[in-house]
Amino acid sequence: MGQDSIVLLGVNHKKTPLEIREKMALTGGYQEPLEQLRGLEGLKEYYLLSTCNRVEVLFISQNPEQMRREVLDLLFAGKVSREEVAGCIYVYENQEAVHHLFMVASSLDSMIVGESQILGQLKEAFRHASEQKTAGMILNRLLHKAFSVAKRVRTETRIGANAVSISYAAVELGRKIFGDLRGKRVMLVGAGEMAELAAEHLMGQGIDDVVVANRTLERAMKLAARFKGRAIGLDEVVDQLLDVDILISSTGAQGLVLFKKDIAPLMPRRRNRPLFFIDIAVPRDLDPEINTLENIYLYDIDDLNNVVEMNREQRDKEALKARRIVEEESLKFQRWLAGMEVTPTIVDLRAVAESICQAELAKTLPRLNGISSKERKSIERMAASIVGKMLHHPMRYLKAEHACIDQTERIMQVRNLFQLNEQYEQSEE
Amino acid sequence: MSYPLFQASFTVYCIATALYIIFFLNQKKQIRKAARMVFIAAAFLHAVNILLRYIEAGHTPITSIHEVISFFAWSVACCHLSFRWRYTVKNSGTFTAVIVLLLMLIASFASRKILPLPPEMQSWWLPVHASVSIIAAAFLTLAAIGGVMYLLQERELKQKRFGFFFSRLPSLDTLDKLNQHCISIGFPLMTVGMLAGYIWARQIWGGRPWQWNPKIVMSVITWLLYAGLMHQRFTLGWRGRRAAGITIIAFFAVLLIIGSMLQEGL
Repeated sequence: MGQDSIVLLGVNHKKTPLEIREKMALTGGYQEPLEQLRGLEGLKEYYLLSTCNRVEVLFISQNPEQMRREVLDLLFAGKVSREEVAGCIYVYENQEAVHHLFMVASSLDSMIVGESQILGQLKEAFRHASEQKTAGMILNRLLHKAFSVAKRVRTETRIGANAVSISYAAVELGRKIFGDLRGKRVMLVGAGEMAELAAEHLMGQGIDDVVVANRTLERAMKLAARFKGRAIGLDEVVDQLLDVDILISSTGAQGLVLFKKDIAPLMPRRRNRPLFFIDIAVPRDLDPEINTLENIYLYDIDDLNNVVEMNREQRDKEALKARRIVEEESLKFQRWLAGMEVTPTIVDLRAVAESICQAELAKTLPRLNGISSKERKSIERMAASIVGKMLHHPMRYLKAEHACIDQTERIMQVRNLFQLNEQYEQSEE
Repeated sequence: MSYPLFQASFTVYCIATALYIIFFLNQKKQIRKAARMVFIAAAFLHAVNILLRYIEAGHTPITSIHEVISFFAWSVACCHLSFRWRYTVKNSGTFTAVIVLLLMLIASFASRKILPLPPEMQSWWLPVHASVSIIAAAFLTLAAIGGVMYLLQERELKQKRFGFFFSRLPSLDTLDKLNQHCISIGFPLMTVGMLAGYIWARQIWGGRPWQWNPKIVMSVITWLLYAGLMHQRFTLGWRGRRAAGITIIAFFAVLLIIGSMLQEGL
């Protein structure tokens, strides 16, 4: 029986162009692909995560190499060629996989570092996996640990202030321009995580109409449905700008999307009603010259950052702190995982028994007056053999080739029964 | 009898202005409330002062320089307070209080002697013309204050350097609405004031009231400026920076007219 490996495969915004990511995205929800993966024999536990910036699969298997190929073929066959997949995919195993998952959960791997949406998406993904019972003990523990790492990062560093503050700044500026945001209309151009977040913040301020323009109409419609808005194509943006007050642009385009000459003729037709442009795309979508037009206020991501006076240094320092937490937690998890084998469990079990034995002897022996060293030895032996007999069956249960209960599960049971994890965690703190 | 009241209201305006400035700096709500109460008290004292002067003089006290400027200050204060009914403009109190105080200061330097009215001025068109015109000027003053605030705020938003004024000034939309609101009251009043002046002048000088004196030409130009601005706003949606700029320029013209009127002795 070989060693179990935790394997994480995926693509994200860093290495993979949007066109490929779009094709790989699991647009039909998690149910179907999770069901398909059930057909693969070698997978013990698995879950899937698909957001607009990443698609990831995490599974536990005894032969990672083979399963990796099979999983990729199953999920992406017909969508993208093998070569394309091979060119952009990253594969992490064990410790690295854990580390990566924690990085993702705590939003250190996000396009906008510190945004909190990813955690919700991760929880959603995990909920599907656990409903379909594809997440077992290890994944359960791993994902829950990931959530708590994210929480720790959020509370112990100010990394979250960055992303939140950008949306907050957008709202604040909107208020300074429009006074009341109620009844105003927002257009999202491109459907990135950050745009979604900013739109969400604005919705909270009473914005009542959202228009989503995206290159792929499907994604636009999905996002529009979320905000109960409308979806339009990218070529309609300029026309639609007549009725919009705030525009948030976050396309992945390489060059500029909207130019001064597109906007200038609109203003008389808008009767000069003010327009607030927020450009959170990197590289920028909106021509900086637009800001020179009257009644138009253009802010790019650096401007918004200036608003919240979060300088780069501070942000990097927080990211560093957050990385350290992730580092620390993934080591801890690694230690826990190592304990989930038979031998260390037996060692822990023995150690616990031994310490109970010693403690009881230390309490009892001084109370017995005038016993010889021989008698003393006998008592010690007796205590040791009681413990030994008590542990005999649990140990056999651990080691045996059990047909119906998985070994990991048995290890977990024993560890829970004797509270081995608690002890281990206490000693750590 | 009326002068001690003038002094009293002047002092209370001082306190109100000081409180408004403190509020502008530290943005504490209680101070704004206090400033407002003090400001209302000052305006009330000022009103009694004007009333008593009316009784003392036996005619509407808008004839001497002191009286005109004092009445102007009182009108600005009252117009400002009248906004409270409809909407509040954050921190506009500070600007208004400073202007009112400045006007009071000028009024206090002018001669307070009650002058007997020459017979040709004893027409009831005079108080109508003068009071309506000054109230119009008060609304236009507030429009100009709004314009200055707009330009300050807009500059911060455009240049993306957020300094002292950004958090303290209201939104551009509020300021633009203030501008529209003030001009749409001030402009008709100005028109009525000018018509009253025309009728009055006709009474005095008979059938040839239209004299090409610079004062009247200036008034007509100013009137056209406001009329043009109103027209452009309704038809083309002129607003914001452009409207604020024109409002400020036109306001200087208004000041010039008032100044020249006072110097020439109406």
